[in-house]
Amino acid sequence: MSFTHTVDGTQWRFNSLRELLATASPERSGDALAGLMAASAVQRMAARLALADLPLRHFLLEAVVPYEQDDVTRLIIDTHDAAAFAAVAHLTVGEFRNWLLSPAADTQALTRLAPGLTPEMVAGVSKLMRHQDLIAVARKCSVVTRFRNTQGLPGRMGVRLQPNHPTDDLQGVAAAVLDGLLYGAGDAVIGINPASDDLPTFIGLWQMLDEVITRFEIPTQSCVLTHVTQQLRGMAAGAPVDLVFQSVGGTQQTNTSFGITLALLAEAQAAARSLQRGTVGTQVMYFETGQGSALSANAHHGVDQQTLEARAYGVARHFDPFLTNSVVGFIGPEYLYDGKQIIRAGLEDHFCGKLLGVPLGVDVCHTTHAEADFDDMDTLLTLLGTAGVNFIMGVPGADDVMLNYQSTSFHDALYLRDLLGLRRAPEFERWLERMQLTDGAGRLLPAKAGHALLAAASALSAA
Amino acid sequence: MTSLQPLPSDPWAPLRAFTPARIALGRTGCALPTQEVLALGLAHAQARDAVQRPLAVDRLVAELEHLGYPPWTVHSQAPDRATYLRRPDLGRRLTVESAALLDTQRSAAPVVIVMADGLSSLAVQEHAVPLLTALRQHSPARWSSLPVVVARQARVALGDAIGEHLGAAFVVVMIGERPGLSAPDSLGVYLTYAPQIGCSDAQRNCVSNVRSAGLSYAAAAARIDWLVAAGLSRRLTGVELKDESAAAHPPLLRD
Repeated sequence: MSFTHTVDGTQWRFNSLRELLATASPERSGDALAGLMAASAVQRMAARLALADLPLRHFLLEAVVPYEQDDVTRLIIDTHDAAAFAAVAHLTVGEFRNWLLSPAADTQALTRLAPGLTPEMVAGVSKLMRHQDLIAVARKCSVVTRFRNTQGLPGRMGVRLQPNHPTDDLQGVAAAVLDGLLYGAGDAVIGINPASDDLPTFIGLWQMLDEVITRFEIPTQSCVLTHVTQQLRGMAAGAPVDLVFQSVGGTQQTNTSFGITLALLAEAQAAARSLQRGTVGTQVMYFETGQGSALSANAHHGVDQQTLEARAYGVARHFDPFLTNSVVGFIGPEYLYDGKQIIRAGLEDHFCGKLLGVPLGVDVCHTTHAEADFDDMDTLLTLLGTAGVNFIMGVPGADDVMLNYQSTSFHDALYLRDLLGLRRAPEFERWLERMQLTDGAGRLLPAKAGHALLAAASALSAA
Repeated sequence: MTSLQPLPSDPWAPLRAFTPARIALGRTGCALPTQEVLALGLAHAQARDAVQRPLAVDRLVAELEHLGYPPWTVHSQAPDRATYLRRPDLGRRLTVESAALLDTQRSAAPVVIVMADGLSSLAVQEHAVPLLTALRQHSPARWSSLPVVVARQARVALGDAIGEHLGAAFVVVMIGERPGLSAPDSLGVYLTYAPQIGCSDAQRNCVSNVRSAGLSYAAAAARIDWLVAAGLSRRLTGVELKDESAAAHPPLLRD
């Protein structure tokens, strides 16, 4: 279907929903690279004006990637909850924005609505929203998840402890784990990106993390972020796997390029659940996504990267994840060129994920070839804290020495907690206090000589 | 680095011996101590400069000539760094002039080496010639006489176009990897059998992290030589060619 809008006597025409959404998108290098970006600022606004008049119902009639060709589209359409959608079915996209920002859209109403929204509807309305809208609405969303602790409760934020090492050296990883714990980080997950690609190394990492968590009775969960097939092999070999990780994308072809199918994700979810390693819940999946992954895999079908990112959350949502993480600045400047584009994308991703009912965290990050720096990261971090982000990353000194990019540090997390009063997951908060690593207000205490974790550090040094 | 009185680091600072990660940094309130903020800022500045710094082509050409490998110099269709960063597709294509140059220079050697700036000209400037020297020491018969192409504003896949125009059976692309704060000069080496425009990344093997604090020249040379020999004899590279060089050589130690 085509859409038109007239501005000052000039009629602008958009030949499909796909084209309308792409043209309405804020400027970003990935859409320019794909040849999808608006040719002028006025054309972009004409697309937004046309989009504002589009009934939300239309998103159920016109798929941006054909239903017959794409299992992500089929998943979205076949699992759509029409009863939940009924609350907003009479609205246009522009009216939907008004409703989202109104007091009627409270936490309860948004939670009820989530299964009735498709990723494309959410992406569409985000294109009419400014930063303050993305923050204000996301803050009203609540997505609570449970495994060995509870993530996403109001006023709280988790931190993934990311102890990567360039050669997966077990002592090196353990050193960074202790550093993070002593800085009060690690409630979302202790998650390692391994450098190597062999099962014995992964099993060593799973076992080491399990030993640390068991020995110190830490109410948290571990993850080794390798391909889902390797995690299935690990589970078959008896490895202590808590969360199953996988990168997912918004089209079937993108997922094919990742070497996965929806059936494979279901198999991994079932396998991890069968281990029954959670203590307060059974949400076992950890997904990562990022704008530009579909274009990078040459699998974008002419759809803008932000809409495809929202579709990736549609995939994630189906598998009831404990955590989902947009690695927003990792992919590089050909997709998000500078700090401005990364900041906007981070807020969009968080908004879209939360509105869809996905427990979204954000890896606030950049690569050195992007036009961005730590000031930009501080800005996005602070905005996401106000928006109620479920979790962020904790990387020693913000410098990931394995993946060669800049994320957020344990110190950054402390800053945000202190600034905004954001508390840790309740189970982890109690553990830190019991371990005398924090005071009653959650403030970090200097570790006393002879502390159990310092003793572990000494033992590691002596080994 | 500065004369300011540093704040104490954390009591677990001895753990730094186990990882290059920035652990036990200490804190003032919730924040990094000044000396650590400045250290991070300096590392970031070095990595940023590594991305922007143009390849000193004349110096590299002179070094190669001195070593007995007079190179050809080519350029991708990305005219400058800003375009290169936004348009990876242009970094994978040769200019018309460069393609024409290579067409007149068809080579009889099966292997061609491409030294490409990639995202860190520093890496190729510092490590490409020593790596080639190590390759020649490792296996003189294979590496003593072959064409070398120096490529500017180049992505890995520019090697496919270069290999195709030269009619080479195998292309070895030495290219500057994305600079990290702890490694602004890391060289990646991508190996492709039967290079032609349109090859996918799944058709390549990669030896990465060649730098002084990473994979040594000798260790990298052993691995690359094994992969090239195996690739030529099996007529393929990529996911179907597993690196078994560790079985043929002692474990590759990082120094």
